Amino acid sequence: MITITARRATAAGAVLLLAGLTGCADEAPAAAPGDTTGPVSVKATDSECSLSRTDVKSGTSTFSVANGGSKVTEFYVYAEGDRVMGEVENIGPGLKRDLIVELPTGKYQAVCKPGMVGDGIRGDLTVTGDAAAQVDEDTALKNAAESYQRYVNSQAVALEQKTTEFVTAVKAGDVAKSKELFPVSRTYWERIEPVAESFGDLDPKIDARINDVEPGTEWTGYHRIEQALWEKNSTAGMEKYADQLLVDVKTVVAKAKVVKLNPLQLANGAKELLDEVATGKVTGEEDRYSHTDLWDFQANVQGSQAAIQALRPALQQRDAALVTTLDTNFKAVFAALDKYRVGDGFKPYTATEAEKKQLGAVVDALAEPVSKVAGVIAKK
Amino acid sequence: MTERKGISRRGLLGAAGAAVATGVAGYGAHSALAGEESQAADNTGPVEFHGKHQAGIVTPAQDRLHFATFDVTTNKRDAVVSLLKEWTAAAALMTAGRDIGQYGAVNGPAEAPPEDTGEAVGLPPARLTLTIGFGPSFFIDAKGNDRFGIKAKRPAALVDLPHFIGDNLDPNRSGGDIAIQACSDDPQVAVHAIRNLARIGFGTTSVRYSQLGFGRTSSTSRAQSTPRNLFGFKDGTNNLKLEDTDKLEQQLWVQPEDGPDWMVGGSYLVSRRIRMTIETWDRTSLSEQEAIVGRGKGTGAPLGKADEFDAIDFEAKNSEGEPKVAKEAHIRLAHPQFNNGAELLRRGYNFVDGSDGLGRLDAGLFFLAYQRDPRKQFIPIQQQLARSDVMNEYIRHVGSGIFACPGGVPAGSFWGEKLFA
Repeated sequence: MITITARRATAAGAVLLLAGLTGCADEAPAAAPGDTTGPVSVKATDSECSLSRTDVKSGTSTFSVANGGSKVTEFYVYAEGDRVMGEVENIGPGLKRDLIVELPTGKYQAVCKPGMVGDGIRGDLTVTGDAAAQVDEDTALKNAAESYQRYVNSQAVALEQKTTEFVTAVKAGDVAKSKELFPVSRTYWERIEPVAESFGDLDPKIDARINDVEPGTEWTGYHRIEQALWEKNSTAGMEKYADQLLVDVKTVVAKAKVVKLNPLQLANGAKELLDEVATGKVTGEEDRYSHTDLWDFQANVQGSQAAIQALRPALQQRDAALVTTLDTNFKAVFAALDKYRVGDGFKPYTATEAEKKQLGAVVDALAEPVSKVAGVIAKK
Repeated sequence: MTERKGISRRGLLGAAGAAVATGVAGYGAHSALAGEESQAADNTGPVEFHGKHQAGIVTPAQDRLHFATFDVTTNKRDAVVSLLKEWTAAAALMTAGRDIGQYGAVNGPAEAPPEDTGEAVGLPPARLTLTIGFGPSFFIDAKGNDRFGIKAKRPAALVDLPHFIGDNLDPNRSGGDIAIQACSDDPQVAVHAIRNLARIGFGTTSVRYSQLGFGRTSSTSRAQSTPRNLFGFKDGTNNLKLEDTDKLEQQLWVQPEDGPDWMVGGSYLVSRRIRMTIETWDRTSLSEQEAIVGRGKGTGAPLGKADEFDAIDFEAKNSEGEPKVAKEAHIRLAHPQFNNGAELLRRGYNFVDGSDGLGRLDAGLFFLAYQRDPRKQFIPIQQQLARSDVMNEYIRHVGSGIFACPGGVPAGSFWGEKLFA
């Protein structure tokens, strides 16, 4: 990386380093007010997201995020259209984490997401410095793949961690805690499901529904435990499934971290995630015992959006009108979901046929333009 | 490369294809495809899409129907206008027997979903017609909003249909902001058309309901024989026909003095999903069936007459002094003589949508009728039928819709252009 150009770096999303799980605010002390160099300290609470300064120099910036709230939070730097430039996920109450990210000159938003849902608390962030030239299309595409791989990586890390917590709660017989963690851990799974599905038989082991299981094969995974938790209100007999789930998830995570993706796979993955929503989530088939389908619904759409965002600079060069449509229609889907939000999550999904039809219509409206992305990307 | 010349599905339209390839982009490109007002005589050729009136009304009734209504899911007028343009362009291509889009079904980039869904590849145009209509809710929505700034253009004749005695309407099979009627002699061609229009509409419209019909129950030309409905009777013997040109002006087409301007040359469509309780009908004696209808089952002739097209004699009495065509027989109550001269152009279709879970066929007649003014035609006729028709014991109206179908699309124009002018 010799010359950091605007297009190139935005495409890369350029998270150079995700800090370790314990945080490292001590090694990167917050800058004093008025300072224009050094780390930006971010004070994240349940209702606040304040930055020690909102102007940084182009190049590498460090954000030291301290969660002083009671909810698990996330911190993002968004470029236009909520394209993720960098993010730290899963910052528990009292924890500190660093985000180190390369930001070219431009306007951004710094966003905390207490409870890890919704639009988050947003503030403007301005990056000044040398203006940079646009990258060519090939570079934009290459950067897109790298950017999305980093996204997959960050989700995989969170998936392993949240599944570990879920499995621990199940094995401890803590039904309430298990129920609480079930949709949260699945969120990270659902965001990167097409990647996970590419690893053959791991997907059915982790995510099969009762009617998906082949005769003679044992039913394992999330939904097996879901059934016990909600139908029997018990974790009895679930220990071995919990252990197996964690083993399988760890295998997926290890593979996901090294997976190599090309831009077409991103585009198709974005489409497949919406297919998942249209066929499994809108109908309420996915989480038939817990009715937490809307968590999965949102996660699928977020995962789809992440892939599209990674492709955004390349798409912008090739079909700007499509980018506008995608932005509008992603917003419409999240707006439709808002109706069902409660606290950090969602109401149980027991929608009427009319409500399902309404959700289906916004998903169809988004899935059609998303299905066109692959063709645009493939065009020479 | 925005030209949409379309891909011929069979590659047989050499001359027409060459004519079209020189056309400009989009919805104006296809006027050269066929002669004006052409009415294909065989059942494979194309029916001209452009003209003074929309095709699919007096066009000799095709054998198959796919009818759909759409809810508009946006409040943006521009989005609706763009969709109408896109729909018109696709409709012109499909009725000409062509794939939609620039690349069609199989010639596009391998990485992209095909523009055309492809199930009509290799099939002839099969006299496909696509006819559009706008429902009352298009002009003013359920909450009273004038979403598209066209409230003032709602025709007075586009009334909300009143409740008719015995109506048992399912809201999910009724209404709709926009209706599109696809008729063809090939069922797959009709389905392909609605499927592709629905796909183009995603984000702007959502399918409210759709209905397949497998056999016409009316003839709209004297060149056609009269088909039978699922009661086993000839239906539509006295229908308005293509050849009744004077009567069509009086009964079918909206005239300049009727207004509004954008509806001149158009017509009002009433759709009714009429479920027939065919199992009980089938247990009814032949004489009772004939008395209910007022015609002989075999010949289709009015009772007391020998031939299907003989004039009905409503005065004729049998040996017991009762009218041969009973007071409450269907053909009497529906006849213009007892309805202030009102007539309809019917082009309904038989349907069987599987069974109803009680071991009975979910079958009946998807009634479609075009007219100049439903306030003077369908509504009074149906009020009389709903009150007195002895056939009511065997039918139930379970779905309903009313739509203003504008005049024809001139080449270079699009569906509803005058409405949105």
